[in-house]
Amino acid sequence: MVREIENTAGIPVVQIATIVPIMMTVGANRIVPGVAIPHPVGDPEAGYEGDQKKRRELLNRAFKAMTTQVDEQTIFSE
Amino acid sequence: MTFRVVHYINQFYAGMGGEDTAHVAPSSREGVVGPGLQLQNLLEGEGEVVGTIICGDSYYGENMEKAQAECIEMIKAFEPDILIAGPGFNAGRYGVACGDICAAAGEQLGIPTVTALFAENPGVEMYQKKTFIVETTDSARGMRKALPNMVTLSLKLLKNEKLGPAKEEGYLSRGIRKGFFHEQTGAERAMDMLLKKIRGEEFETELEMPVFKKIKPAAPVKDLSKATIAICTSGGIVPFGNPDHIRVSSAEKYGKYNISELTDLTPENYESIHGGYDRVYANDNPDVVLPLDVMREMEKEGVFGKLHEFVYCTTGTGTAVANAESFGQSIGKDLKEAGVDAVILTAT
Repeated sequence: MVREIENTAGIPVVQIATIVPIMMTVGANRIVPGVAIPHPVGDPEAGYEGDQKKRRELLNRAFKAMTTQVDEQTIFSE
Repeated sequence: MTFRVVHYINQFYAGMGGEDTAHVAPSSREGVVGPGLQLQNLLEGEGEVVGTIICGDSYYGENMEKAQAECIEMIKAFEPDILIAGPGFNAGRYGVACGDICAAAGEQLGIPTVTALFAENPGVEMYQKKTFIVETTDSARGMRKALPNMVTLSLKLLKNEKLGPAKEEGYLSRGIRKGFFHEQTGAERAMDMLLKKIRGEEFETELEMPVFKKIKPAAPVKDLSKATIAICTSGGIVPFGNPDHIRVSSAEKYGKYNISELTDLTPENYESIHGGYDRVYANDNPDVVLPLDVMREMEKEGVFGKLHEFVYCTTGTGTAVANAESFGQSIGKDLKEAGVDAVILTAT
């Protein structure tokens, strides 16, 4: 899905999920490793503020990924 | 002699539970557990399942290196002649775990390994060159057929019997070509193939080209402060009540939902219908999968221009690759027409 959206729309698609090798296999070009399978963009066990903070951190990383020129599949882990 | 077999399964096949126990760490038990019993019967005394390693699918998926190392130690303790994993059918995390532990046991313990997966399982592309993967159907309905094939192949490997081509032996190609003398020269065979192709008949290539489904990365967003960004998920987040009846797994469609009036996803307005992970967190706060709340805040702060007024949602578990690709094409077309500049897609 991630690959075909990018291919069809011609716009960057950042994928946030937990199992990085699967994202590599399906052809995601901009990859942000997520927190956990049942909550990729949150950390509910860290309480309300910790959860919000984690989500913001990952979204900031996604913004960095979509504004960065890449020539191949790239993992944005920070 | 009786071959010593170790069997790897997940928490579900061990009878420990479903998604609620997918986080259990690896454990080791003597003898057979779950589908191992049938393996044992099929071995007909030629081999014995001496131990079973059980690991939660999420535990393996989220800590691959650690889980692998822990499982290898447990496998090693049984001094096996072979490792059999699964079958994992079309279960994504389980399939990857089966492939990964087989590849590792083969490399580190020097024993043959066999697993069994549906051809579209992501574990196939990742590990098919490093282990023997018997082809199965997409669900456990194929268990009765998968197990005998796994046992036949395992015994052949244990006895060092010569293997024929992957297709004949019933496993997925490992990308290995074996040389042999053919009565016809290459030129003759090539000509036969060409004539068949021209006549529109079926023919079998002798050298399959690998399919790399990779695309050139799109150009980056130039000015984030003016960009319209869409969020999208295969994590099964939908408006409460699932108005489009999207399936909990093996989805055949996606939903497009207007979120222009929403600032936060709550258990009252949205829910998770995904059948492939523990939904407790997502149902308590759907934003942990589809991050609407913080996107709205950051939109207000001017970090980016505008949040696209629609979200696109489906479930990505057991979903056919062809369906996922067509969802992507249709969503992509829609986003392009709407002038969206970039997408954040979350997956579970």
